[in-house]
Amino acid sequence: MKSDGFSAANARIGYIAFNTFREAVRDRVLYNLIAFAVLLSGAAVLVGEISIDIERLVVVNLGLTAVSLFGVVVAIFIGIGLVSKEIDKRTLYTVLSRPVRRWEFVVGKFFGLTGTLVVNTFFMALGVFLALLYVAHKFDKMDLWVLIALYFIVLQFLIVCALALFFSSFSTPLMSAVFTFALFIIGNLAEDLRGVAEITHGAGGWLATAMAYLVPNFSALNVISQVAHGDPVPGRLILYNSLYAGLYSTMAISGAVLIFQRRNLK
Amino acid sequence: MAAIEILDLEKSYLVGFWRKRPKLALRPLRLTVEEGEVFGFLGPNGAGKTTTLKLLMGLVFPTAGSARLLGFTMDDPRVKSQIGFLPEQPYFYDHLSARELLNYYGQLSGVPAKGRGAKVEQMLARVGLSDSAGMQLRRFSKGMLQRVGLAQAILHDPKLVFLDEPMSGLDPVGRREVRDLIQQLRSEGKTVFFSTHILSDAEALCDRVAVIHQGELRGVGAVAELTSQRKGKIEIVFYAQAHRVPAALITLGAEARVSGNMVNAVLPEEQQEAALDVLRRERLKLISLTPVRSSLEDYYIQKLRTVEGQTGESEGEEGQKEESRKGVGV
Repeated sequence: MKSDGFSAANARIGYIAFNTFREAVRDRVLYNLIAFAVLLSGAAVLVGEISIDIERLVVVNLGLTAVSLFGVVVAIFIGIGLVSKEIDKRTLYTVLSRPVRRWEFVVGKFFGLTGTLVVNTFFMALGVFLALLYVAHKFDKMDLWVLIALYFIVLQFLIVCALALFFSSFSTPLMSAVFTFALFIIGNLAEDLRGVAEITHGAGGWLATAMAYLVPNFSALNVISQVAHGDPVPGRLILYNSLYAGLYSTMAISGAVLIFQRRNLK
Repeated sequence: MAAIEILDLEKSYLVGFWRKRPKLALRPLRLTVEEGEVFGFLGPNGAGKTTTLKLLMGLVFPTAGSARLLGFTMDDPRVKSQIGFLPEQPYFYDHLSARELLNYYGQLSGVPAKGRGAKVEQMLARVGLSDSAGMQLRRFSKGMLQRVGLAQAILHDPKLVFLDEPMSGLDPVGRREVRDLIQQLRSEGKTVFFSTHILSDAEALCDRVAVIHQGELRGVGAVAELTSQRKGKIEIVFYAQAHRVPAALITLGAEARVSGNMVNAVLPEEQQEAALDVLRRERLKLISLTPVRSSLEDYYIQKLRTVEGQTGESEGEEGQKEESRKGVGV
């Protein structure tokens, strides 16, 4: 038997993550790619016929928005069931009766889901670039910024996965889906919320400020419009967004672990 | 060293929506199981058997009390690699095949990669699933899932095996195979703790049993002693004439049952000689005469009928502790 050290814990997290990924693939989660491909190829053909000089703008905007929405839907619907499904079906019993700590299970599940979403995003990104090639007949240097926008979308998925996992550690799947999706919507308005906080005074101002900083700032992670116009993304924003997504996800996962550690599995 | 030491383990849940109130699922439970024993945990549905197992597995947390497994506290991660667990009506990842599932559990249990594959195949063969090893579990019958459950519980060669209703959902052949498997585990020196409400299984397999009802331990006893106590009655079996029971036998207080051309009669032990005289007089051929002994069922029913508060524990804490370790006494 392996010694129960750090490397053994990492190995167990890896096994759980791989099993989560395998489950998602076999449950035909990646079938959403077919719908995405149909949508994007249809749009590319249509745009190629009706747009003049704005084909790239339309394809990048439409493509990246679709990547983001498809991914968020997948993240929420798998994420909310990751823990609750295992409790309901009691598959968790035979996992936690082994030398697997509860935090390892939660972290393994998180990595498994993010892995699924990264693979999903990779194929959708491939579709976006093929559509771009179809309408523009060549790649441009500014298309590299599309990669950065895709990276930011993956960072959004990290946060959404972590939130879905957090809510599902104590709530029902339906409520977890509602909470996570609500936070995704509010998070996309985070900059506006901060604007409101700045012009509001007194207790309301405090509350608005607290809300603005508590909800995930998805608007900072959305550079779709910017890259669609071919504008560059500052390196500083890439760094800040990476740190922000890492920190926010870690906090949400830590919350999920803290709750799950104390939960009775009925 | 005791394999399992349960020290006043207690569990209550808060129920109710507005005014939460505690509902006792398990009253303070004190029980010791020695290494190498096959121990049966008996009780009707909802008695607290599964709650006890979940507490020991760390799936739910005790309200009070503690337990030691193989000398470790039950929340010590080191103990987990030495125990195996089959939950009641197990359900597994149905997207996996039996082979993949066992390999996954082997990884989680720390079974070294070298030789893991061979171990998985060996385990599949042991539970008779070699032919279905590559099939996804969603296509498995209940009985096949139970076999997978048993395989995953013993895959990593644990010293202590917990089985929650292991015969549930199995046909007679499957039950026989599980019984054989438990016997094999015993011969390998493993400790087996299994819950059941099927008394014939417990009687055939267990060294000792405990009876639990309404979350309360009602008694602990060694099966051999429980089933060897004479009940002051004898059973005689003889060939009947014209399918009738002699009236003289009835006057001796016999409870008789005619089955084909044979009669089974149970009567008080002190009437043995008189009953044999009747058979001689009537020229009836005796087949057997055996003393009636108490069965596990008698013990079980007696313990279930025990009025709350008059349990084995009331005979003295030390006495109960000693009894739970050694054998009968309640």
